[in-house]
Amino acid sequence: MLIYFFKRLLHGIPVLFVVSTITFVIMRVVPGGPFDQEKKLPPEILVNIQAKYHLDQPVTTQYLLYLKQLVQGDMGPSYKYIGRDVADIILDTFPVSITLGVLAMLVVMGVGIPMGVWSAYRQNSVIDRICMFYATLGISIPSFVLGTVLVWLMSHKLQWLPPALWEGPRHMILPAIALGAPFSGYIARLTRSAVLEVLSSDYIRTARAKGLTESVILFKHTLKNSIFPIISVLGPLTAGLVTGSFVIEFIFSIPGMGSFFITAVTNRDYPLIMGVTLIYAVLIVLANILVDIIYMWLDPRVRV
Amino acid sequence: MSFFSKLSFGFLGVVFFSAIFAPWITPYSYETQDTLNTLATPTFSHLMGTDRLGRDLFSRLIYGARVSLFIGILTTLLALVIGTIYGSISGYIGGRIDGFMMRVVDVIFALPDMLMIILVTVMMGRGIAGMFIALTLVSWVTVARLVRGEVLRIKEKTYVEAARALGASSPRILMQEILPNILGLVVVTLTFRIPVAILAESTLSFIGLGVAPPFSSWGTMANEGWKSIKFYPHLILFPSLAIFFTILSFNFLGDRLRDGLDPRNKTRFS
Repeated sequence: MLIYFFKRLLHGIPVLFVVSTITFVIMRVVPGGPFDQEKKLPPEILVNIQAKYHLDQPVTTQYLLYLKQLVQGDMGPSYKYIGRDVADIILDTFPVSITLGVLAMLVVMGVGIPMGVWSAYRQNSVIDRICMFYATLGISIPSFVLGTVLVWLMSHKLQWLPPALWEGPRHMILPAIALGAPFSGYIARLTRSAVLEVLSSDYIRTARAKGLTESVILFKHTLKNSIFPIISVLGPLTAGLVTGSFVIEFIFSIPGMGSFFITAVTNRDYPLIMGVTLIYAVLIVLANILVDIIYMWLDPRVRV
Repeated sequence: MSFFSKLSFGFLGVVFFSAIFAPWITPYSYETQDTLNTLATPTFSHLMGTDRLGRDLFSRLIYGARVSLFIGILTTLLALVIGTIYGSISGYIGGRIDGFMMRVVDVIFALPDMLMIILVTVMMGRGIAGMFIALTLVSWVTVARLVRGEVLRIKEKTYVEAARALGASSPRILMQEILPNILGLVVVTLTFRIPVAILAESTLSFIGLGVAPPFSSWGTMANEGWKSIKFYPHLILFPSLAIFFTILSFNFLGDRLRDGLDPRNKTRFS
């Protein structure tokens, strides 16, 4: 198992390399740079700045320099937040983004799975219809629409919860719902079809024939076996939550990595863009590895 | 067809019609300013009210449909064409070339897609062109994977073998025997990818990185409305509803289409 884990980690490295190369190339092929401002800098100062950040070197040299730095664990200085390292900024903002992500994941699973199980168990009933209607709504509602509706209703009209910022548990409720709820519809659908499939299998019929109670059948035999499709989408789901957090952080003015990425991109703050992109990529790669390992751990059939 | 399918179909029909004939059915141009009536709530002269500059929201919404639908549909079509060609060649040839081609797809698939869309769009100068390239870039790989899988399955069928035994050339087999059989999948994918593209476009425009003035999409309108949501919620209400119902209709029709084309699901919905 440990060997498998390290093998997967090694496989992740080329992916990260490609991500960083593509990001680097995209940033440099287009005209314009981080220090082209409305108010032109005097040429001699510009030359100095560019020399300091090695921007006067050929692009390939710049990239090699960057990689060398990166391997040593240094993500470079930010061009726009003078005096701050990219690593500093990421250390400050990463915990915020990850908290939001985890809370949203709780919403996704906490709403999606029970709903899916319930509607499968009462297939074709009114409850099933309501749950599946919710699922279709969830898939179709953009998180920014849900976010704005929540802010308008809960913060401006009812004044129950704060509309923005990140200062305590009360500030986390709306963003977590706005980010998580749209995905919970998808999970509800997935759970429903998985549970339905298990419920129609032979061993459930056997369990019924043995005279087991419905709750034992549902919770012990069915749920355990229908968890696999849900685990296998955890990877893409993590990616979805990560990318979805941009817009949520924007709406609720949350000081997370997403908001910094957006400003970094508009400012052409090259090292910051690279740093945040790489962190997100690492997160997604790790999530995928983790999912595979959980899968192997739970299902003896895929263990090799 | 069920009631909801008809409703979705009708709604999309209205959206398409008004997008195409926008100049003839809008009461105002999208940039005419009624300076006496700025930030007006809905009235008879301005069906959905006016924005900060006194522009008629109803007219802007219809013009916005043009941009949103244009980007959504065209990027999807392009991604579909590229993905189908790439995926079917990869699947049909197989072997080492297939392995290499799929490695490329895997790598693009591993990129955090929204990050790349933001990066490409902003770097290209925040225009429709940049967004077009960005969205196509990240979405063709999904299609390529799907199509490859189908081609792998179909090329083992006996009728393909028969065609080969009759001496048909590879391009002919691909075009005449295999492609017609994956058309259903392609159409279903189309209906599912269009809402994804519309969603991506509107999200990007909403955070202020997408379509830039003078063009405006539903996303940019929602962005403008967001700034004054507390006192003028109607500014964000209408574009949000438009986005929501359009995506909902596409998803709904996609569901029905998939169920209809998949014989295993026939019993449930007929």
